[in-house]
Amino acid sequence: MNTQEVAKVNNKYQLGFWVYLMTDCLLFGSLFATYAVLRGATYGGPTEADIFEMPFVLAETLILLTSTFVCGLGLVAAKAGKQTWTIILFGLTMLLGIAFLAMELSEFSKLIGEGFSWQRSAFLSAFFVLVGTHGAHILAGLIWVVVMLVRVTQRGLTPNNLRRLSLFALFWHFLDVIWIFIFTVVYLMGVAK
Amino acid sequence: MLGQLTLEAFQKGLIEMGAQIGLVVGGLVVVGLLFYFKKWKWLWKTWITSLDPKKIGIMYLILAAFMLLRGLADVLMMRAQQAMSSGDATGILSSDHFQQVFSAHGTIMIFFVAMGVIFALFNLIVPSQIGARDVAFPFMNSVSFWLFFVGVALINLPLIVGEFSAAGWLAYPPLSGLEYSPGVGVDYWIWALQIAGIGSLLSGINFLVTIFKMRAPGMRMMKMPIFVWSVLGSVSLIIFAFPILTATLGMLSLDRLIGTHFFTSDFGGNPMMYVNLIWAWGHPEVYILILPAFGIFSEIVATFSGKRLFGYKSMVAAILAITFLSFTVWLHHFFTMGAGANVNAFFGIMTAVIAVPTGVKVFNWLFTMYRGRVRLTTPMLWFLGFVVTFTLGGVAGVLMSVPAIDFQVHNTLFLVAHFHTMIIGGVLFGFFAGLTYWFPKFAGFRLNERLGRYAFWCWLIGFLTAFVPLYALGLMGAVRRMDHYSSELGWQQLFIVAGVGVAIICLGVFFQLLQLVVSIIQRKKNMVGADPWDGRTLEWAMSTPPKEYNFAVLPTVTERDAFWEMKQKKQLPSRNYEDVHVPKNSGIGVMVGMSALAAGFGIIWHIWWLALIGFIAVLVLLIVRLTSDDTERVIPRAEVERLENMKAGAA
Repeated sequence: MNTQEVAKVNNKYQLGFWVYLMTDCLLFGSLFATYAVLRGATYGGPTEADIFEMPFVLAETLILLTSTFVCGLGLVAAKAGKQTWTIILFGLTMLLGIAFLAMELSEFSKLIGEGFSWQRSAFLSAFFVLVGTHGAHILAGLIWVVVMLVRVTQRGLTPNNLRRLSLFALFWHFLDVIWIFIFTVVYLMGVAK
Repeated sequence: MLGQLTLEAFQKGLIEMGAQIGLVVGGLVVVGLLFYFKKWKWLWKTWITSLDPKKIGIMYLILAAFMLLRGLADVLMMRAQQAMSSGDATGILSSDHFQQVFSAHGTIMIFFVAMGVIFALFNLIVPSQIGARDVAFPFMNSVSFWLFFVGVALINLPLIVGEFSAAGWLAYPPLSGLEYSPGVGVDYWIWALQIAGIGSLLSGINFLVTIFKMRAPGMRMMKMPIFVWSVLGSVSLIIFAFPILTATLGMLSLDRLIGTHFFTSDFGGNPMMYVNLIWAWGHPEVYILILPAFGIFSEIVATFSGKRLFGYKSMVAAILAITFLSFTVWLHHFFTMGAGANVNAFFGIMTAVIAVPTGVKVFNWLFTMYRGRVRLTTPMLWFLGFVVTFTLGGVAGVLMSVPAIDFQVHNTLFLVAHFHTMIIGGVLFGFFAGLTYWFPKFAGFRLNERLGRYAFWCWLIGFLTAFVPLYALGLMGAVRRMDHYSSELGWQQLFIVAGVGVAIICLGVFFQLLQLVVSIIQRKKNMVGADPWDGRTLEWAMSTPPKEYNFAVLPTVTERDAFWEMKQKKQLPSRNYEDVHVPKNSGIGVMVGMSALAAGFGIIWHIWWLALIGFIAVLVLLIVRLTSDDTERVIPRAEVERLENMKAGAA
């Protein structure tokens, strides 16, 4: 394929992926709406202020933001054709993503250990599913980046791999945006009351 | 090991046992015939693994046709029950079975007939009408189809093993919650819809990108055929609405599987939340179905009046207005929720407003016919029938948009009659018109006109006979989903009339099947060329039946009604052939489907290892496919030239 054809194909995938991200946005929108309705429905269980530990969540947030920053650098390296740097930076992205996910899971298991699982109240159901859906997306992203690391090592920075890396970067940024909303709507507004 | 699946799940009542044995025997016969005629390889190579949207479209159509017959069988049982079950008589069905039947009827007709046919037409018509060879993402298209297939499989499996949901076609909680529906029925419903719904969402993305990025050179947005505009409206709605369905079904299933409390009536759950969410998807869904039907009528009326469509720009504006407004009316499905007078007034007004762009379209069609050379072919008959029924149903809809009236007729057969008028008289008539219109393009011969007319008149008369009594019954207070009523109410005669109407509709369906068979037998006599109706849009510029690559040389568009323009200017298609790229066949789509089927079945029956294997298989298959760089095949220039020079019919 010549560069013009590559650009045409990329263009198609870019639009398709953006549209997919918007549908995902609506999925989260539905979950946010549900959370907003159910946040007060604690049924005698804990409220938001009782269970959220802000320093811990802030650390989680900073790790995820750093991971996205590194991911952006990785894409710059990939576009410059620097394969080793690409692998290092996307590898770092992955490690930070794993750290984020581990922290989220530890928060979940701590809550469950205290008897505050999703079965306790509608508020907790909405909390676990909203935050957990984001976590599941992170997991999907981690699988994606692992596959890409293998492929880039095997086949180098081909036009196809470059496209896939740039779509991954879009996805990772998108998850960052969603997390900012979760951080604000769920955590900050939760403890502010 | 096998979760909740036990041998008892296969034991059925008499009626269901008939369906069960019929399905199993029918399946075995088909498999046997495929072995006998050694057709497996052909089936695999030409159909199952094909990424050609025309092939995929035809497969959608076949599944949808079977589902129409299934949905019709449900209708017969419901009509028989309601005609008989008055006073001391209890009819043929138990209450529980009756509830399963109407739940299945609604679900199947909307998700697996109507959605199936619109995706069939998207696949068959959209690429060629915009002068493209393919959709934007051919492999994703195949995955969409096979996920739809999984939905069809899961919605019919209850006939063989287990039971279906008895909670209505939208499964309102708390009835659909674990407490009141402990069996597998609601889970069948959830996962059939969830899996098929993800397929629909992927199709929506695919066709949006196709329309935006794959149009022939020169085809600006305002030069697109109206059908493509209507598809653009429809897929935009899919993209906005289906994620809400995915989230909602996900939450309902979590309520049932892991004990969350989104929609339960205790622990702070909120069932009305579900009703809001499901209709925030459900109302746009209605327009997802009707917009393509509007598009079909626009093409047909212009072609058979021999004129340009009247008011193209206002048509586009109307489509966009409907697309937007359809998201502002969902609350009219539950005015009785108690949201308060102001909220109800807002949604009532918005509902009435949406009738305005719809009215614009009807007038545009009528003005297109005005002073045209109208040919009264079968597609035009469907159109004229549609104008009558759709206007009738539309007026009933505007009546019900007034909250005060809605409080009176809410949950009655008046409502049932209204939405059937829209879906049968609107969507279904539109599809029948479109299928008759486009059939010769893909088959190479016309459908028998006389039998087509018989079918039309049976459908129209049968429809009115079946549903006018329901309007009356609704006003008399007959509630929907009723399996028995007191004989003193005097309703039985009207129910019997409605049953007669359905029998006439069945006669119409019989004529349609006969029409297909007779047309195939007489195909030599009804052979047609590439342009049997003197068409206006680019699909008629393809050869008949179309080649895999649609156009040997992509057409250049200068005007609306591009093909009409070419014929006026006596422009011959260019012969500067080039190498053509087409996607290679791929078996991964069907494998993804089968893995999703295993996963769905596993979740429904709590066979967790099966669910896990299915899910991991989907993941691995997608990774294999999405990291593959070898997906295209080249048809060399010489081969294209040879194919193009062959006489039509010799292929």
